[in-house]
Amino acid sequence: MAKFVCPSCDYVYDEAKGEPREGWPPGTPFAELDPEWCCPDCGVREQQDFEPLDDRASSTNR
Amino acid sequence: MSSAEAAAPIGVEWRDTKRYAWLLGTIIPAIPFLAWGLVEWTGSDLFWYFGPVFVFGLIPLIDLVVGRDPNSPPDEVIDSLENDRYYRWVTYAFIPLQYVTLIWTAWMLSQPQYGVADKIGMALSAGMVAGIAINTAHELGHKKESHERWLAKIALAQTFYGHFYIEHNRGHHVRVSTPEDPASARMGENVWSFMPRTVSGSLRSAWELEKKRFGRLGTSHWNIKNDVLNAWLMSVVLWGGLLAAFGLGILPYLVIQAVVGIWLLESVNFLEHYGMKRQKLESGRYERVNPSHSWNSNNIGTNVLLYHLQRHSDHHANPTRRYQALRDFPEAPVLPTGYAGMIVLSWLPPVWRKVMDKRVLAHYDGDITRANLHPAKEEHYLRTYATASERVAA
Ligand SMILES: [Zn+2]
Repeated sequence: MAKFVCPSCDYVYDEAKGEPREGWPPGTPFAELDPEWCCPDCGVREQQDFEPLDDRASSTNR
Repeated sequence: MSSAEAAAPIGVEWRDTKRYAWLLGTIIPAIPFLAWGLVEWTGSDLFWYFGPVFVFGLIPLIDLVVGRDPNSPPDEVIDSLENDRYYRWVTYAFIPLQYVTLIWTAWMLSQPQYGVADKIGMALSAGMVAGIAINTAHELGHKKESHERWLAKIALAQTFYGHFYIEHNRGHHVRVSTPEDPASARMGENVWSFMPRTVSGSLRSAWELEKKRFGRLGTSHWNIKNDVLNAWLMSVVLWGGLLAAFGLGILPYLVIQAVVGIWLLESVNFLEHYGMKRQKLESGRYERVNPSHSWNSNNIGTNVLLYHLQRHSDHHANPTRRYQALRDFPEAPVLPTGYAGMIVLSWLPPVWRKVMDKRVLAHYDGDITRANLHPAKEEHYLRTYATASERVAA
């Protein structure tokens, strides 16, 4: 399962975990999210702005 | 690159000269006590009105005398500054003090020896605390830690404004400086007509945002987990407790302090983005928020008392960034004085327009069509500020 990061605040959407509070149960693919769903932490960027997160980068930098 | 970044904080010589000044923010909840002290000391009941005099007289004066704040943290120290927990405790400390003051004020309001004029003064002074508490709630409500978000709601309970936490983060920050945002003032709009628009629009927006979220969850939004409802419930419990303890007679004054607090907060909304407009891109989306979309002020006095709220461009670029790490952007538009002084100016719309409209115009290089114009005044502005070439063409 892939991860996607908000380019503004480093919030990570992890498909495995989903974001249940926001209505995305665990396992919800990123592609199925509302493109206008905004980052739940910063509200600055939306789903369509998120960037794929490389797993290696995530384990060393985040 | 990454190793240089990691090593930088050690080498960078930068000291936060405001480190201990941030504690001055806790003076705010003491305002009603200072008012009482002055009444006792001088024997004059006029000092019950010390709160508004402090906020709208003394603070603007301090800004004019003390002047500007040259200190901005360099990029290298931002991370370590944000992780220094001392700064969060400064904001947490505000909240118990706020509650001590509120309960004490409610008790004072129930005392038979005070007349109506005294009590109105007490309510106005308590309202100053209530309004600035919304600023503290604003700082905490933007953070990723859930306990800080809870503290934000607790700080908002006094004014029945818990829905602000939802609307501000998920509504205002998304739509800022667009005609769709109820909390961004348009050029030509005055604060008196802005108030009903922002208060009702923000309420509707908060409700819609939660409704949408529960729609995705597939459950009814009439639910205790609805952050608008549970925040209001907190206010019901708080106000109910105060009324039960001190009598129904304090209700009008509780309402006054809440209205004053909300007014203070929404006045700040009024001036933060007055006339600013993000342009629409070909894709139909608005351009990204950038430093040119917020009015800033860099006066030391108001900076310290409002936790750098006035470094508003950096806040909108990095909403989760902690107050102590916000920077002044030299290229961002600047108000002629601090937020407190600007609120006083907003009470006189012709003076406000005289001071601000030329600044909006200059910000857009004389092109009035790029500003966020109040529909009722649009035609007037287009005619008044048409550029020379447009006038020839017409
Ligand atoms: Zn984000």
